[in-house]
Amino acid sequence: MALSGIQIYKLLPQTNCKECGFPTCLAFAMKLAAKQVELSACPYVTEAAQKQLAESAAPPIRLVTLKAAGGEAKAGNEVVMFRHEKTFYNRPGLFVRVKASEGAEAIGKKVAEADAYKVNYVGLDFTLDGFAVEADGGDFAGAVKAVRGASKRPLILIGKDPAALEPGLQALTGETPLLYAANASNWEAMADLAKKYTAALVVSGETPDALADLTQKIQAKGVEDMVLDPGGKNMSQMLTAWTQLRRLALKSNFRPLGYPIIAFPCDAKDEGVAAAQAIAKYAGFVVLSEFKPEAIYPLLVLRQNIYTDPQKPIQVTPGIYEINQPKPESPVLVTTNFSITYFAVANEVEGSGLPAWLVVCDAEGMSVLTAWAAGKFDAERIAKTIKGFDVASKVSKKRIVLPGHVAVLSGELEAELPDWEIKVGPREAVDIPAFYKQVLM
Amino acid sequence: MPIEIPKDKWPGSIRKVTLGATAAEGGTRAKTVTVGGQATMPYLHFEAPTPNQPVVAIEIKSRKPEDWSPLLAEVWGEAMADPAKWAKAAEAAGADLIVLALTLADTPDDAVKAVKSVLGATGLPVIVWGPGQAEKDNELLVPVAEAAKGEKLVLGLCEDKNYRTIVATAMANGHLIQCRTPMDVNLAKQLNILITDMGLPADRILMDPTTGALGYGIEYGYSVMERLRLAALQGDSMTQMPLIVTPGFEAWKAKESKVGEGVPAAWGNWKERAVHWETLTAAALMESGADILILRHPESVKRIKAAISELVTA
Repeated sequence: MALSGIQIYKLLPQTNCKECGFPTCLAFAMKLAAKQVELSACPYVTEAAQKQLAESAAPPIRLVTLKAAGGEAKAGNEVVMFRHEKTFYNRPGLFVRVKASEGAEAIGKKVAEADAYKVNYVGLDFTLDGFAVEADGGDFAGAVKAVRGASKRPLILIGKDPAALEPGLQALTGETPLLYAANASNWEAMADLAKKYTAALVVSGETPDALADLTQKIQAKGVEDMVLDPGGKNMSQMLTAWTQLRRLALKSNFRPLGYPIIAFPCDAKDEGVAAAQAIAKYAGFVVLSEFKPEAIYPLLVLRQNIYTDPQKPIQVTPGIYEINQPKPESPVLVTTNFSITYFAVANEVEGSGLPAWLVVCDAEGMSVLTAWAAGKFDAERIAKTIKGFDVASKVSKKRIVLPGHVAVLSGELEAELPDWEIKVGPREAVDIPAFYKQVLM
Repeated sequence: MPIEIPKDKWPGSIRKVTLGATAAEGGTRAKTVTVGGQATMPYLHFEAPTPNQPVVAIEIKSRKPEDWSPLLAEVWGEAMADPAKWAKAAEAAGADLIVLALTLADTPDDAVKAVKSVLGATGLPVIVWGPGQAEKDNELLVPVAEAAKGEKLVLGLCEDKNYRTIVATAMANGHLIQCRTPMDVNLAKQLNILITDMGLPADRILMDPTTGALGYGIEYGYSVMERLRLAALQGDSMTQMPLIVTPGFEAWKAKESKVGEGVPAAWGNWKERAVHWETLTAAALMESGADILILRHPESVKRIKAAISELVTA
């Protein structure tokens, strides 16, 4: 349980020595409770107090990091049930599953293609996070090596029989893979394996009680990094299980279930919809059955959207952006600095090949309509931006195109910028090229 | 000792709203559709049952739309030129409701004719949208509301700027309304207050918070919906209206769905991507509390309906 400022104060030296940079131990305790400073700033805290404070400061959902030469996949450290309450932190890893029975050659080909996948969304490059290799008979070590031959990303090894999994682990020295899975009958051997090869371990159980029983036994054997698999036969059961586990970790601060969750949309009736639910509702690792760009791209975008910090929308820097080498007679298009808005407009204009000056106003990272409703994108602000960046010095023909959603601002903007011609453009970015050709040429 | 699962006990619940009227109730619908009534966040059966499951509507237009994606034109074919045929095809595709969107080209007579033909072609409850310009909305929706008196249509979209006339005609002719606000909890609540102040009973209002599409701001709509649902459960009567959302409209204006050429190869197969885009937009909104999801492609309808039936089984 997280400690209050007063509880922390009781563990401090209470000498008010000020060496931590705060006037009193109580002030420092309050900052600690608010997680705004590190305990290490206090030179005199006792070891016993340190231990107690560290325990209380441990995140309610443990951060589990899978490691490999080609990257890391992190899950956990989440603190809220709903993203608007703060934010969701660690974007769930998307893993593509291959089966040993497919044979090394087919696996190598499939993995190489998926590993190379890269897609750009609003200026961000997205890739897959890793692969899951299932020991379903055949040469498991060969399958793991085939995956490693084609990708350096983190791996999940899937199998019920510890003896069958071990050869795969032997092929991954120096890494932290995820081992799937310990259950009531094999947990001891699995825990031994996880410990021996420094792997994280998935714990499977159908109820919170069964899961908590196993995680406690496994932790007692010295394995700290665990991931929960509560199963579930349909979307309803999964949503219930994931919600209950998250609540037990966050609201009840129940340590035995304070671990990230793994989801298997690959076994669902509708993989895409099941994966969407997993991303929105608390999964930390998501296993997909195959690699298809048209299915992966929407999931990567959904993940980005859900895990965007609601307090900090992704923004672009306000200013004048030159698109397709604009000339003095090219039109001036105005929009906001919300990155999705900016990229929607910039991509359309760029794709059309038509030259334009794109002026991005500081609307605190909001889209056109939202910013307008919030009073962050009005005639005054637009005029200030036009003047501030001295747009007039760039153009011979003073023409401004307003987004169609704020057509209502055109009158006021004419008053603010009397020597400019104000035109109302389309509402949607996708209609800009047609508008440009009809109205601006 | 078994672990105690933390459960939320909410004082409030979502209001039950019934769309459409059968002959016995003064309309001509074969059946009515009731949404709302939930007393928990979406699909948490361990806290409270889901009394009415979310439903799927298919959007059709009074005239063949020229700006829709070729993928939609391909799947609906000739039915797109005739709202009655299109409504029938939509019903066959699994729609629980029909949304008929009128266009700027319609005269009041055209609008009435289109609504009557759709009412004649399907027994499902019907939602009618004006073309989205305040004056034209009023010009078309008033005669439609009068001609379909007693059917318990849903009239939309009522926005801040044009709600008065639509609400008045809905009150006079026994219809419901869909009110839309731009992605903001307080604006949504405010419009509900203004509309109920005019005298329209709260159980004849559906709330459309504007959602955005996947990749185009859906995180705002998603969180506004969760916040509205939480406020409703906490007992705020002016946020207890069922949520009606338009993932079809939103997703099909996204470049990812709309066009097949001149896009990055990493986007993959166009047709599958387009349906994924609409389905995943809808899936996210389904998780955040949508009661009515309005879609455009039959494949998305099939997938979302299957997901809903999985989610409502405890």
